[in-house]
Amino acid sequence: MNRVTLFSICASAALLLYILEMVRRRKLREEYSILWLFGSVVILVLSLKQDWLVGIAHAVGIVYPPSFLFLVGILFILLILIHFSIAISKLHQMNKKMAQEIALLRNLSLPSGGIPLEKTTDPGRMKG
Amino acid sequence: MEGTPPRILVVIPAYQEERSIGGLVRSLRERTPYDVLVVNDGSTDRTSESAREAGATVLDLPCNLGIGGAVQTGFQYARDRGYDTVVRIDGDGQHEVEDIPKVLEPILAGRADAVIGSRFLGETEYRGSIPRIFGIRFFRLLVNATTGYRVTDPTSGFFAINRRLVEFYSDHYPSDYPEVDAYILMHRLKARAIEVPVRMYDRAEGKSSITTFRAVYYMLKVTLSFLINRIRRFG
Repeated sequence: MNRVTLFSICASAALLLYILEMVRRRKLREEYSILWLFGSVVILVLSLKQDWLVGIAHAVGIVYPPSFLFLVGILFILLILIHFSIAISKLHQMNKKMAQEIALLRNLSLPSGGIPLEKTTDPGRMKG
Repeated sequence: MEGTPPRILVVIPAYQEERSIGGLVRSLRERTPYDVLVVNDGSTDRTSESAREAGATVLDLPCNLGIGGAVQTGFQYARDRGYDTVVRIDGDGQHEVEDIPKVLEPILAGRADAVIGSRFLGETEYRGSIPRIFGIRFFRLLVNATTGYRVTDPTSGFFAINRRLVEFYSDHYPSDYPEVDAYILMHRLKARAIEVPVRMYDRAEGKSSITTFRAVYYMLKVTLSFLINRIRRFG
């Protein structure tokens, strides 16, 4: 086993364990961990079975196997980024809805004009 | 609407408009019989207090949502409180309070679902900056080419809508330059939209914050969202 193989096995195993630990400590939600877990397992498998990497690379017509690895890596990062954009859009939508609800509710709780913002604890409004 | 007069709400989105909002609300209260709602879009100045002191109902958004989100909050309020018709005007004094009945009339007569005040119909001598006029022409072409509406002022923020559109917009309203996008939504709903001539003044206070770069960015963004809205499903 050469040094590169050893290094990539250690690195991908560490990544896998780190992700699992983050999920266990609830610092990473399961739904966001799936892509990362999948990615680290793929890297780990390809590190252990390098002849698979060579086989797949040749099967899709790539002569130099490491460049197939780069391709997989780039596609994976792209997928994660799209996933994040979707998550951010969803959060944006939820955030807007909540801000609107807050404004409507604040007015409802005092129909004669609402509660002035200064009387609430809104750090965004504290301007000295 | 059997017997009871239609309930009409004037919605004014306002962001950092402390200098103009009070006067606008007062003139609405003195010269019109309608309820007035100011949606304060997270202003850090005295917009909210000025509007409240002048006698408006005020909704304070906890953060800045942008014009579309603020206006939509006004529609949600109207929906929840059972208003039949909503008039939306700008908070900076660009629109003429006396023109509100003109914008309302076709809706109250049942001739339209939406009435948009146009600064280019009739006698107005509106003069905007070159990028602004270019943007308006561009959106005019876009709206006229893709919907059946004959539009002269596609970015006008002075309009009235009936209950049906109030309910729909409460759930679906675009965020930037929502007026352009709204044409696609109305087209999809087969809503009857017409324009009426209104007066439009240069901004009374403050200045429009649109730079050329932002104008180009918004134009692309609005065009994209406009075209997407044509093929979007509304559940």
